[in-house]
Amino acid sequence: MKLKTKVALVLAAATMAANAALAEGLRLGTEGAYPPFNYIESNGEIAGFDVEIGLELCKRIGEECEVVAQDWDGIIPGLLANKYDFIIASMFITDERKKQVDFTDPYYLAAMTHVAPKGAGYTEFTNETLADKVIGAQSGTTQADYIEAVYPDADIRLYPTQDEVNLDMASGRLDLQVGDMLPMLDWTTKSDDGSCCELAGEPITDPAFVGDGVGIAVRQEDDDLREKLNAALAEIRADGTYKAINDKYFDIDVYTMK
Amino acid sequence: MNPFEILAQYWPRLMDGTLMTIKLTLLGAFIAALVSPGLALIRVHALPIAQAPLRLYISFVRGSPILAQLFLIFYGSGQFRPVLQEWGLWSFFRDPFNCALLAFALNSTAYQTEILRGGIIGVPRGEIEAARAIGMSRQKVLRRVVFPHAYRMSWPALGNEVILLMKASALASVVTVFDLMGRSRQIFSRTFDFSVYLWAALIYLCITAIFVLLWRQAERRLSRHITARDKSHGTVPPLKETRP
Amino acid sequence: MFELLSYGDAGWGDEILQGLAITVQLAIVTLPVGLCLGFLAAFASMSRLLPLRYLGFGYTTIMRGLPEILTLFVVYNGVGLLMNAVLRWWAPDASPTDFSPFAAGVVALAMVFGAFAGEVLRGAFQSLDLGQVEAGRAVGMNDRQIFLRIQLPQLWRFALPGLGNLWINMLKDTALVSVIALDDLMRMTKVAVGVTKQPFTFYLLACLIYWVMCVLSELVLARLEHRANRGIRRA
Repeated sequence: MKLKTKVALVLAAATMAANAALAEGLRLGTEGAYPPFNYIESNGEIAGFDVEIGLELCKRIGEECEVVAQDWDGIIPGLLANKYDFIIASMFITDERKKQVDFTDPYYLAAMTHVAPKGAGYTEFTNETLADKVIGAQSGTTQADYIEAVYPDADIRLYPTQDEVNLDMASGRLDLQVGDMLPMLDWTTKSDDGSCCELAGEPITDPAFVGDGVGIAVRQEDDDLREKLNAALAEIRADGTYKAINDKYFDIDVYTMK
Repeated sequence: MNPFEILAQYWPRLMDGTLMTIKLTLLGAFIAALVSPGLALIRVHALPIAQAPLRLYISFVRGSPILAQLFLIFYGSGQFRPVLQEWGLWSFFRDPFNCALLAFALNSTAYQTEILRGGIIGVPRGEIEAARAIGMSRQKVLRRVVFPHAYRMSWPALGNEVILLMKASALASVVTVFDLMGRSRQIFSRTFDFSVYLWAALIYLCITAIFVLLWRQAERRLSRHITARDKSHGTVPPLKETRP
Repeated sequence: MFELLSYGDAGWGDEILQGLAITVQLAIVTLPVGLCLGFLAAFASMSRLLPLRYLGFGYTTIMRGLPEILTLFVVYNGVGLLMNAVLRWWAPDASPTDFSPFAAGVVALAMVFGAFAGEVLRGAFQSLDLGQVEAGRAVGMNDRQIFLRIQLPQLWRFALPGLGNLWINMLKDTALVSVIALDDLMRMTKVAVGVTKQPFTFYLLACLIYWVMCVLSELVLARLEHRANRGIRRA
């Protein structure tokens, strides 16, 4: 009996100590592998559009925010397991995800696009014409859902991070990839290895895959956090801070995609 | 957690993944089994200076994580695509299955070589001398005396190595080869249902159990001439077996 | 190429070294935990009580038969769920706790190490000279004294090669924690590759660093084995 009570006491103490440590500040969860929205710079810091918007929102709420990086595969389980308090990582608002988490209002609109090697000349994007092609996307994303649903006969490759999809696109392992419009635009126009490729075809804006835009995910019980974030978002939209951050990264206003 | 719903909905994917795991493991072990006898002989008989590159390769492969080796081969080959294309090798490296198989085969070869080396060294000297004495060529000695003994002695260790290879194959999904582990992660990232990992664990344990059973059966068959001899020591041979 | 590896803001040298520090920390913390689990598993497997023997057998079989990465995922995702479920039952108003990737890494790696170590230690126990144990009993030592004074010092000599191999395997297995977002050497290498687009360079560097650690470990183990076998007459 003595050993059991000792173990129980230690567990209780540990959990209570862990609880006590949780009181201050908010933690912002992001991936850190999705330039220009969130990425790790060579000095080790996590930066990007998502991170800047997130930190700005924290300032408006009046809290200190810590940025926590988490792999995309585990980003929602991490939120549910309380490793951070909200996710701002270019996550599309979809019904599937709404079953697990709640979203704030969209903080930017997005579309998906195909990316092909320069001069590849893809004109038709149907399951039949692409049936023997190698198509890649990041796993666990709406892009992956798209290619699995729309091109089931193609050779589908799923990668843990977007960087790895880009690496294989540049080296020629992939015939095509499907990615988010803005990061793909950024990659093909602004980076060395991305100069191999270009956007192809029409933007994919089907709400079944693209959802209602890109939002911030919070746990379903954290309603007041969600409302505070929404209010702060409206604030930075109104007073021009959003535009200032937006213009650092993009030529168009990503909130409205114009 | 809805374990049975998950199974009902996703069992084709899990089966897909299981087949891929078995394919990778068996092919990788088989390729290694083809190459390792020759390398093991080099390790036992060649001059130390001739052995040096082999020992370096074995030390490197056993000293670095298989995850790093997988990344090195898969993404490294992508980086050197123009060179590989010149040599006509790009079509091989382009397929992720080939890259993963290459990594696993290289890894298993190193381990199997060392295991076989131990087996070869353990072959009783007397038997080799006897074989040479009755006029067997070196090749025949290897084929009829050394390797049968060496394989029988290393059989358990080789079985262990195949199991370790199967566990290593669980990493293939990091280079887009969707084995059982990769499929499980995929299903988890959609459903967030923990029970998919428990199913994967169960399947891995079943594969291991079946393999261990088959391997032990094979070991019994390989050693039947020895165990049979031992059995007859304690019993009186029946009369009809004695000859004048 | 050397600016890529340099210290400071432009180069990745310092991030990679930080990753290496985490890797080494992880291995060093896992070792004692794994050894404890190993002893527990060995005792359970050799116990007189049948349920304990089954427990020991079940633990070692399962941990040795599952891929380490699966164990890692089960621990990382499962323990968090378990802790939160226990907490909800214990103190329903408290906010959920968090199970750090480092802790998950230690627990998963230690469980695997413990299973293999259990088998090594069991083999070592069974190689000990039974006569010495009987002599100890005859003199009146209790079980604890026999273990501490007779078995443990000799166990070390038999178990060291096996445990040494397990240590080296564990060093390599720490690379797996990179998939649960712990910033070890492997993960920092991945990040560097993502930014610099030079996979061959960085992954080769990572392989070399692990290799050096393993070779150093082998050298240290060879010395330890030499010392452990001092005074023993070789056959």
